[in-house]
Formats: sequence, C-alpha cells, structure tokens
Amino acid sequence: MSLNPLNYGKTCTVPPVPGEAALEIEHVTFRYPGAPEPALEDVTLRIAPGERVALVGPNGAGKSTLIKLVAALEKPASGSIRIYGNPVGSCHHRVALVPQRSEVDWRFPVTVRDVVMMGRYVHLGWLKRPRREDHEAVERAMEMMQISDLAGRQVGELSGGQQQRVMLARTLAHDADLLLLDEPLNHVDVPTQELIFHVLEKLAAQGRAVIVSTHDLGILPIHFSRAIFLDRHVVADGPVGEVLTAETLARAYGVHLCTERVEAINGRVAG
Amino acid sequence: MVEWLVEPFTYSFMVRGLLAGVLAGVGCAILSAYIVWRGMAFVGDAIAHAILPGIVIAFTQGISLFIGALVAAVLAALGIGWLSRGGEVKEDTAIGVMFSGFFALGILLLSMVTSYQDLTHILFGDILGVSQAELWMMLGVVAIVLFAVIAFYKELLVTSFDPGHAVAIGLSPEMVRYGLLLLLALTVVTAIQTVGVVLVIALLVTPAAAASLLTHRLPRIMALGAVFAMLAALVGLYASYYANIASGATIVLTLTGIFVLAFLFAPRRGLVWRGRAARQKQAR
Repeated sequence: MSLNPLNYGKTCTVPPVPGEAALEIEHVTFRYPGAPEPALEDVTLRIAPGERVALVGPNGAGKSTLIKLVAALEKPASGSIRIYGNPVGSCHHRVALVPQRSEVDWRFPVTVRDVVMMGRYVHLGWLKRPRREDHEAVERAMEMMQISDLAGRQVGELSGGQQQRVMLARTLAHDADLLLLDEPLNHVDVPTQELIFHVLEKLAAQGRAVIVSTHDLGILPIHFSRAIFLDRHVVADGPVGEVLTAETLARAYGVHLCTERVEAINGRVAG
Repeated sequence: MVEWLVEPFTYSFMVRGLLAGVLAGVGCAILSAYIVWRGMAFVGDAIAHAILPGIVIAFTQGISLFIGALVAAVLAALGIGWLSRGGEVKEDTAIGVMFSGFFALGILLLSMVTSYQDLTHILFGDILGVSQAELWMMLGVVAIVLFAVIAFYKELLVTSFDPGHAVAIGLSPEMVRYGLLLLLALTVVTAIQTVGVVLVIALLVTPAAAASLLTHRLPRIMALGAVFAMLAALVGLYASYYANIASGATIVLTLTGIFVLAFLFAPRRGLVWRGRAARQKQAR
C-alpha cells in the first residue's frame, strides 16, 4: 500500500459536504490477491450522520474487509466509497478505527496513556510533540472510559475489557466523525460492554456515525436500531427486527433455528 | 584500587577502545528495544553477516572499511525489505536468502584476495584497533540513531503497536520499517568493530531483553539497555587488559550474565520472585 508521507498529520482541507451521508458505499467489489472469490461483491449502502449501525453476518462474510476499505487499509477493485461526501483517504481526521484484537501487538511495551495519545497523532504529524490540548484530550478520553487509574500501566497487563476501553478512549481522543469498531465486544466483560454502548450512544447523539461489526446477535435489539446483514453482499438492511429473520440467522449460524428462538430475540425489540 | 582501574586507560588505544565500546553499545541498546519487541533479531544478524563483501571490496579498493561495510549493510537491509514487501516471499525466507548470499560472496571475494586473509578481526571484532576517524564515524551514527528514535518516537510506537491505526491516519508502516532497517544497518556496522560479525546479535538483542525483565516502559528499556551495554564494554576492556582474553567475547558474556541475573532476580517477573510468591500462596 502506497501512502503519501506528506498526508500524515496534514490538516483536513476538505470540509464535510452538507447533506451528504456519513458513509456512502456504491457498488464496491473487493478481492484479496490470490483469492478465488471476491470478499465483497457489489456492496451498496448508506449511513447517515448520527446513526448507529450493527454490521452482522457469518464468519468470512467480509465485515472486517468492509471496515478496512472504509478506513483506507485496503483499496476496492471497483465502486466508490465516500465519507461525508469526500473520497476515502482525503481526510484521515474524520475516520477512526478500533481494529480487531488480533491486529494489535498487545505485548509491545506501551502504556495506556501512550495508546490513547495515538488518537492525537493524526492531529500532530511528523516531528510535532503533543501539546497541552492533546494531553487534555487524552485525560478527558481516559476519564470517560473510566481508565484514568490505569494510565501508567502496560496495555498487555490489562484484561480484555480494559484493553477495549483503552482502544475506545483512543478513538475518543481522535475526535472522528465516523467510527468503525471491528468486533469490539469479544472478550469484554458486561460492565465494559454497557460503558461502550453508553459512550457510542453519546457520540451518535452528537451527530457522529458509528458502525459496529459483531457476531453477538443477542445484543442487537437492545443497542441498535439498524442492522446490515452482510454475506459478501448486503443480504438485508433495515430495522433489527426485520434483518434478523429465521433465514438470516440460519445463514449466520449455519443451522436452522426454531422460530421461537427467533421470536425470543426479536421480542426484545418490542420489550 | 584506583590505580588498577585507571592504569589501562593511560594507553590511547584503550581509551579509543572504551569509547568505541560505549558508542556501539549505546547505539545497539537503543535500537535493541525495537528489535526485541518487533521481533527483528534475525534481520539484525543477517545484516551483520551481509557486510563481509563490502569490507573485502573496500579493502581491495583502498577505501575505508567502514564505508564498505556500511554500503553492504544498507544494500542488504533494503534488499530484505524489498524482497519481502509483496508477501510472495516471507520475511524470514528473504532474510535467509540475502544473508547467506551476501556472506558467501564475501568469503568468495576473500579467497581471491591473498593479501587479506585475516578473517578473525571481522568475525570476532577488534575493539583495540579502532582508529580516530572510525570513532568519529561511530559518534555520527549514534547521533543519527538517537535523533531518529527521539524525532520519530510517535511513528515508531504506533507502527509497532497497531499498524492498522497507522495506515488509517495516513502513516505508512512500510516506510517506518525501511527507516528502522537503515538505522539497524548503520548501527550494526559500528558494532562489528567491537564484537565482530558473529556476536553482533548479542548487542542487538540482550540489552533490551534484560531491561525488559526490569521495566515495561520503552524509554526506560532503552536507557537501562544502554547502561548494561556500557557496563559490558568496560568489563570487556578490563578483562582484555588484565587477563589478556578476547574483549568481544567478554563484552557479550557480561551482557549474558546481566540477562541471567535479571531473569532470576527481577522483581515480580524473575524466577526467584515468582517461586517465592507461589510458595507463599501455597502456605496460605
């Protein structure tokens, strides 16, 4: 992947286009080099500012791939991705990513404060040291995620839930308008899960768009109003109750669930 | 006692040796933190072996061996980065191929040059044979390494911990990796004077390996590693002066000893500490 080294830390010159979607994906197809089948095929979707959307689907459905395309970690073979009306990569400030746990080297000797500060790098760039406002943003983010007391600890010593709080704190420090969270709920304790959703709700209320990929379908009806079911292409997109049908669930789990189970999950929407 | 300590350094070659040992040690120890935690030990070893043809060619052309070694090291570093960039060749495979190829070429060239058969200095170092000019170059290299590690601290940190985040904010982990390989090439060349091709890997790995048992902060790992490396250089020089034994090997063995001590007695992480904690737990 070639990146223009001058883009790193450059101030954002392209303002969000008024009235445009936070994320607009049109006919995107992507294939990993050497793979016989495309990971994503003709994906089209639109997410408005302030929306909280769950990205669901079976393993290998392309959820992570889609997130990587939006975060500019991969380039689509065809189709277009626009973020607040501008092409991907035109403003790194606007998009923040919480990667899957396995993509991060947790053993590397960095402290919690170091990691949260990484959210400020996009505002700093080459050779600039964090300023007072950056330190303040980091402290605020750690406070919000209730990890201020862990600031000096090495991230590898923390529990899975604490580590995920650190990653979300980094995203808060980044101050992005489009948040991408790839499986943030794996190995996370219940209080952390509640905190994550509380913070995401707050961010969405500020008009930011949030996309969360997850295979924990049970939490969908409680925390999301909209779900997108992905299986190389968009199978279903809409209110959680409509997306989670017996057919999509069977597809996600590879088994046929009895209708009562489906109703039990959907029941939480009404409840 | 004071006399015993001071006497060796009344000789200028001993002073130059000490300076060389300290400079090489500091340069290596600082990079050592990244080598240990990014898993680059094999690359460091490969670059060390790859300088051989550079040294032989420099010798036959009558140019500075330091420059010859440096060019070969940089070429090897870039070659490894370039070969493994697309993913068709795995990194350790690329390293293995380059490493043995360069080293064999060096031996081949050496066998053709009858006037220069002394391989031992290259293989095992010659800390007391360091010239004034070489010392200046070593100082320059350490200054570059220090500057780069401080100036690009953020970028080295984020590309090591979470390369995905780095790309997402417009920073290329590839570019940072090339930069680190270049620094590594520079440092390896300075270290070869002191401990030689075969033992350079010890200076690149052991300081941070020992320091990491004692602290979890990157700057402290670097500082502590540098202290260990300087201590080792000092011990090595005394040993070679008073006991007339090889300084390179003594430097490395001192570092190994420090590592073993840290491994056994480090607070909380050391073997002894953990054993005692386990026994206390059992007693309760």
